[in-house]
Amino acid sequence: MTTPTPVEIDQPDVVEDLELENPWVTVVWNDPVNLMSYVAYVFRNYFGYSEQKATKLMLAVHNEGKAVVSSGRREQMERHVQAMHEYGLWATLQRADV
Amino acid sequence: MTPFKKRRRGGLVATFDPAEAAVIANLAGQVVELLRDRTGTGVAESDPLIGELGLGGPTQPPDDPVLQRLLPDAYRENADDSAEFRRFTESSLTSAKVQNAEAMIASLVSGGFDPTDPGENDVEVELDPDAVQAWLKSLTDIRLSLGVRLGIETEEDAMLLDKSADPAAVAMGELYDWLGYVQETLVQALA
Repeated sequence: MTTPTPVEIDQPDVVEDLELENPWVTVVWNDPVNLMSYVAYVFRNYFGYSEQKATKLMLAVHNEGKAVVSSGRREQMERHVQAMHEYGLWATLQRADV
Repeated sequence: MTPFKKRRRGGLVATFDPAEAAVIANLAGQVVELLRDRTGTGVAESDPLIGELGLGGPTQPPDDPVLQRLLPDAYRENADDSAEFRRFTESSLTSAKVQNAEAMIASLVSGGFDPTDPGENDVEVELDPDAVQAWLKSLTDIRLSLGVRLGIETEEDAMLLDKSADPAAVAMGELYDWLGYVQETLVQALA
């Protein structure tokens, strides 16, 4: 016979809770292979961005080497990164404050 | 090849000569083969229960540079997080890429392409919205693969493909550019 060991529940970290708004971002990095038109298309089609926003983000990737294309919960960013990899875009996720 | 055009009923159509269709099918087949070689690796190294549940994939990035580009790390500066992400997602990413390549080959076959005997008849492909996605993604995978093989690391490298002293590299460079043209006409037809 056994009884469950009492489990100490960690107190929620208040500071971390406050940071939950937009703590993670999806970053798309420039690569020399993907067509500019295609990258803008992916941002329109997958994220549902306007043509203007998609083009602006595509140009940021092209000219600055990378751009934050989305922010939100970590799980959501992981899904975006996986989707970007299926499109063949070079994407990573990271904390927003890095 | 005639560029992709939108039909009134919504499908996108393009015509390839048999040699062009054979090249696309062949390259798509090579991507499938490469990805299949990767499938199944690394299951043993992960937790056996997770393996039984079909959740375990490889945790380490592939050794092959082409596969490294097709299946990149999700975290730039955290190898542990990348390994964990890879373990849970790589196999579904790999199957999606295999399915996209196979769907592209299937469109060519529907358009009259015979892989065992390309013959002389033109291949007219008509793509529905799902097939469009498969073509866009698979053409990208093929171009990324050729890009790695050609050593394209900067935009300048891509401009200098026809200056190579190696005729095989020049030919592969032409193919790479042509596939970019095919994809560009597809993206433009969607606009």
